[in-house]
Amino acid sequence: MRFKWWHGALIFALFLAVLSPLASSSPDGLERIAEDKGFMETAREAFFEAIPDYMVPGIKNEAVATILAGLIGTLLVFAIGYSLARLLKAKGEA
Amino acid sequence: MHIPDGFISAPVAAVGCVVAGGSVAYAVKATKKKMGEKQIPLMGVLAAFIFAAQMLNFPIAGGTSGHFVGAALAAILLGPWRGILIMTCVLVVQCLIFQDGGLFALGVNILNMGIIASFVAYYIYRGSALFGEGRKRKLIGGGLAAWFSVVIASVACAFELAISGTVPLKIALPVMAGIHALIGIGEGLITAAVLNLIMATRADLLELQKA
Repeated sequence: MRFKWWHGALIFALFLAVLSPLASSSPDGLERIAEDKGFMETAREAFFEAIPDYMVPGIKNEAVATILAGLIGTLLVFAIGYSLARLLKAKGEA
Repeated sequence: MHIPDGFISAPVAAVGCVVAGGSVAYAVKATKKKMGEKQIPLMGVLAAFIFAAQMLNFPIAGGTSGHFVGAALAAILLGPWRGILIMTCVLVVQCLIFQDGGLFALGVNILNMGIIASFVAYYIYRGSALFGEGRKRKLIGGGLAAWFSVVIASVACAFELAISGTVPLKIALPVMAGIHALIGIGEGLITAAVLNLIMATRADLLELQKA
């Protein structure tokens, strides 16, 4: 298979996922306001869990758990976006 | 800016689901006739890039972080409707697999970070074409479009929190817009950097949103 531009782009996205343990763990803008204004406790936990907090469960090393979560998510989102576009194209031509 | 369940009331969540559902349905209809061969891998890699980049929270002032949203980049490259579809893919996976953003709040999150952010960015970027067509104009227009997309999405979020009775608007609005005015600088820089890279390597990809 010939190397195409988007192979490079996908590899770059996977590289970013590998960097994910370096991300700031500070609360984001919305969480900061929720904490400061006292409504953080109104947040309800999800009633189901797959890979909560972007860490694959059962892996002791947090960096490894985060990287794996990032790689799984990146590949999954790629597959869904790509398949959706292919499906749309097929439907449009039908 | 992912709203968890509990921050917004049931009526606000319901309106979000209806608006998001209707918009995604229309986006499917509007884009299927115009899906070219080049768009297919671009939809996939943009979704992948946005997901990965969203994980990389960067620190801003006062022990707060922000992260890339990506709707502006998607809407600039592929148009607002495909941008909405890409953001929906990312937000659905974040919600269902990573428990980031509530299930009942999913519609509102798609509304803010998908629909509102895509349209704001797209029209500001297209509007910036009035000031010329050069490379510099495109980068500045793209960066500004990205900044506004984040700030306006955060304003929408403040209204949703206020309508839900979670926090008064006069408190939520200045704080949300203020923090996201800073986060938006990161969004603008990343968006302009990616556009710059694409212009240098594959300038043809910048023309796909017209299709």
